[in-house]
Amino acid sequence: MIPVLLIAIPLVGGLAGFFIKNDKSARSWSLLISLAALAISLWGLSVGPKSPLLNADAEWLPALGSRFAVGLDGMGQILCLLTAIAFPVIFIATWRDEYRKAYNFYALMLLSQAGLMGVFLAMDALLFYFFWELALIPVYFLCSQWGGEKRIQATFKFFIYTFVGSLLMLVGIIWLYSHTPDHSFSLKSFYALRSTVSGTDQIWLFWLFFIAFAIKMPIWPLHTWQPDTYEQSPTATTMVLSGVMVKMGVFGVIRWLAPVLPLGTWAWGDTASGFCIASMIYASLVAIRQDDLKRLVAYSSIAHIGLMALAIFATTTTGMQGVMIQMFNHGINIIGMWIVVDLIERQMGTRKISELGGLAQKAPALAILLVIVALANVALPLTNAFVGEFLLFSGVYSSKVTQYNVVFTVVAALSIILSAIYTLNMIQKVFFGNTNALTGKAKDIKLNEKVVLAAIVLLIVVIGVYPKPVLNLTKETVDMILTKMDYKKI
Amino acid sequence: MMFSGIFASKGSAIRNIAVVGLVLLLVSNYLDLIGYHFFSIDAHKMLYFDTFGLLANTVIFGSTLVYVLLSGRDIENIAQRMPVAECFALVFFVLCGVSLVTTFNTLLMLFLGIEIISIPLYILTGSDKRNLKSNEASLKYFLMGCFSTGVMLLGIALLYGASPNGSFSIDELGIGRSNLSALYMAGLLLLLVAMGFKVSAAPFHFWTPDVYDGAPTVFTSFMATIVKAGIFIGFIRLFDETFSDSQSKWQLFVAIITAVTLFIGNITAVFQQSVKRMLAYSSIAQAGFMLLALLSINGLAREGILLYAAAYSLATIGIFAILIKMKDYTFEGFNGLAKHHPLLAATCTIFLLSLAGIPLTAGFFAKYYMLASVIETGHYLWLVIFAVLCAAVSVYYYFRVIQAMYFKDGDAQTLETRPAFKGLLVVVAALIILLGVFPQVLLDKLNTLIYTW
Repeated sequence: MIPVLLIAIPLVGGLAGFFIKNDKSARSWSLLISLAALAISLWGLSVGPKSPLLNADAEWLPALGSRFAVGLDGMGQILCLLTAIAFPVIFIATWRDEYRKAYNFYALMLLSQAGLMGVFLAMDALLFYFFWELALIPVYFLCSQWGGEKRIQATFKFFIYTFVGSLLMLVGIIWLYSHTPDHSFSLKSFYALRSTVSGTDQIWLFWLFFIAFAIKMPIWPLHTWQPDTYEQSPTATTMVLSGVMVKMGVFGVIRWLAPVLPLGTWAWGDTASGFCIASMIYASLVAIRQDDLKRLVAYSSIAHIGLMALAIFATTTTGMQGVMIQMFNHGINIIGMWIVVDLIERQMGTRKISELGGLAQKAPALAILLVIVALANVALPLTNAFVGEFLLFSGVYSSKVTQYNVVFTVVAALSIILSAIYTLNMIQKVFFGNTNALTGKAKDIKLNEKVVLAAIVLLIVVIGVYPKPVLNLTKETVDMILTKMDYKKI
Repeated sequence: MMFSGIFASKGSAIRNIAVVGLVLLLVSNYLDLIGYHFFSIDAHKMLYFDTFGLLANTVIFGSTLVYVLLSGRDIENIAQRMPVAECFALVFFVLCGVSLVTTFNTLLMLFLGIEIISIPLYILTGSDKRNLKSNEASLKYFLMGCFSTGVMLLGIALLYGASPNGSFSIDELGIGRSNLSALYMAGLLLLLVAMGFKVSAAPFHFWTPDVYDGAPTVFTSFMATIVKAGIFIGFIRLFDETFSDSQSKWQLFVAIITAVTLFIGNITAVFQQSVKRMLAYSSIAQAGFMLLALLSINGLAREGILLYAAAYSLATIGIFAILIKMKDYTFEGFNGLAKHHPLLAATCTIFLLSLAGIPLTAGFFAKYYMLASVIETGHYLWLVIFAVLCAAVSVYYYFRVIQAMYFKDGDAQTLETRPAFKGLLVVVAALIILLGVFPQVLLDKLNTLIYTW
């Protein structure tokens, strides 16, 4: 019941949104819909993990053995909550952005929310694939229609990249499907395959899935679409992309790759970890040299995602718990960063770090809020990211499946230092120092922006101080995934 | 049909007769399918009306109906230089050929069907008499077509010679063929080449872009969809019934042809400047996908080819119907279409997404079936991966049109469109979405019918 509502509300709301030809009422309508989705998501949290309301299963394509099966487990809960929080926050934060034909914009945003929810809820491989694409298509139109100057090329690149990935994944899904004894796409049948599919098959199947997920995350060397797309997209869409959509990749590995192909995951674990590490260091180094705020945040996002992926392949309870909580945290933090970037860009008309300076004198409230978000980005204690990254690192360090755990931890830890360099450097240059002609006219932020940023800061601190509820929520999923990933028990 | 011109001098009357005729055909075909037979003809085992063939006919007649409804008026426009009734009559001759090809039981009938399809098409291609390109296309098509006909006849003759008791029947030709004589194999390959020519599989595709480009757009639409789908179904039928025992011997040839077709079709389409020519190459690429069904020949492939034929025909007819209304056939001609004609652009987008095989459209399930049928055989996984990479390439050129319509500024010029035309486009687009979300409606039928024939 609840998962169906989570998908249906934004879907129906989005479709209806195309017909609200008035821009202002379309904006209010989409906020209303996204708040309704948030309420449903909170309701899902409150009914307890065993409630029958959390699952829904209906006939869809009996001839193919695919069912409309959706369900909320711990991981689904936390990611749906993130999606449900993200959209109202985005709508409020970009309330004053003007769009041509805004009703289309808001309708497409809601459709992408429906797709995202579906991805996190699907318990059937074909359904998962459907929603995976459903989330992509509205974003393609959003970026191409309302983005920056080079938007068409950038989003095209993005689309082709992800489409190649998802087609490869489709081949993998069909192959696995044809090997299930009962010809079914259900998650259960797929999990049962892990002992019947031979190691040699798992070894190449791994790449069909991993490439799709690695493009989405993104992991070096498949990341090149990301900075361009983030830079060119309208900021609201960038927030969706980086806050929620990249989690699809991480989520995909945890739900559809590692437990289904444990031998493949184990065999390629070190290689994949190597890519993750390279991704982290490379992105951090590039971020230091960026002058454009959007590109800086984009590269910093690649670095953070790399760490999460690394922890998945470490296959430890702490690491996996870290991934769960960090997926949520990273979503919150990066949306906070984008809001600040958007505010600066809207006021100053530029995103160039070199053209800004001394904003803290003119906009003290913005500066305080930003500093907290930025500190969360470098994972300072008392912030949510500290909890997450601490778990991730200890997870990688204690990994039993790789002999390079120490090397991985040390090299990965370098990226934390690098992230401190670029984040603090950015704060310093943008907010402190002398004002120039451009920033001299800056004003402080408005009430709605204060509210959303304060809400984000609140979440950062609360989870940073008391992460236990979140960890409890995902405990069961983590244990289940780890038993399925245990290659020795096959 | 041809004689309707005597009674009706106005074009629209003839068109209405065509629509009524098609509806009658469709209804009687459907009744036949569910078991009501009006009369039976003793075809001396020349034709065999099985479920597969009848279903194929349903798809073909249904698409033709959509085609005539959408583009009938444009046929009349072309026909200013040619009696309207003749145009429609030729279209119906082709349909007659197609229904022979989908239900043949001997190689002679197949040959007859192919010829009945081809000869009217030569005329239709050249129907724009004053246009040099149209004439050239017609001549080219005719010469190449004759050549392939010769090849086909030779193949049939060789097979006849190779059969122990001299028979054209596809059942007898297929039985007990575990060790093949060279004669038999040669005949088989010649047939493969000839049929490959007709469905424009590479490397026998060279006529396609020129002919499709040169022919009047209405007839290009007809050739690229209904005719192609019909011949494909005959192709599958031939290889399924006759040569399925010797599958391991010819599978590699088909695999290579498929790979080459996919590659050439997709890569060349990327470089086209005219949407019409792009669609010609895209039809080659789509043929490559349909060849996957020929490669695997199993239950999934049979279901899939029907679904593919329906999805591909509907989407392509829709795009061509919109293309006819455009004044400029280049990609630039589509610039800014969304601003002036949001409905045309939106439906065109759905058709293009379906051709690209994006989920939620019928095209996705069509492609899904093709891929799944090959994976089911357990071999040729490289070809599947190659095919999906080619599908990703296809996104490039299909999305160029979408980009032009939505994201580029321009002043797309169109001819006048009527509300009924737009309404029908919406219906076709809705049908594609419906098949994409609930293919069950069609699949259930296919499933029960195909496994019981």
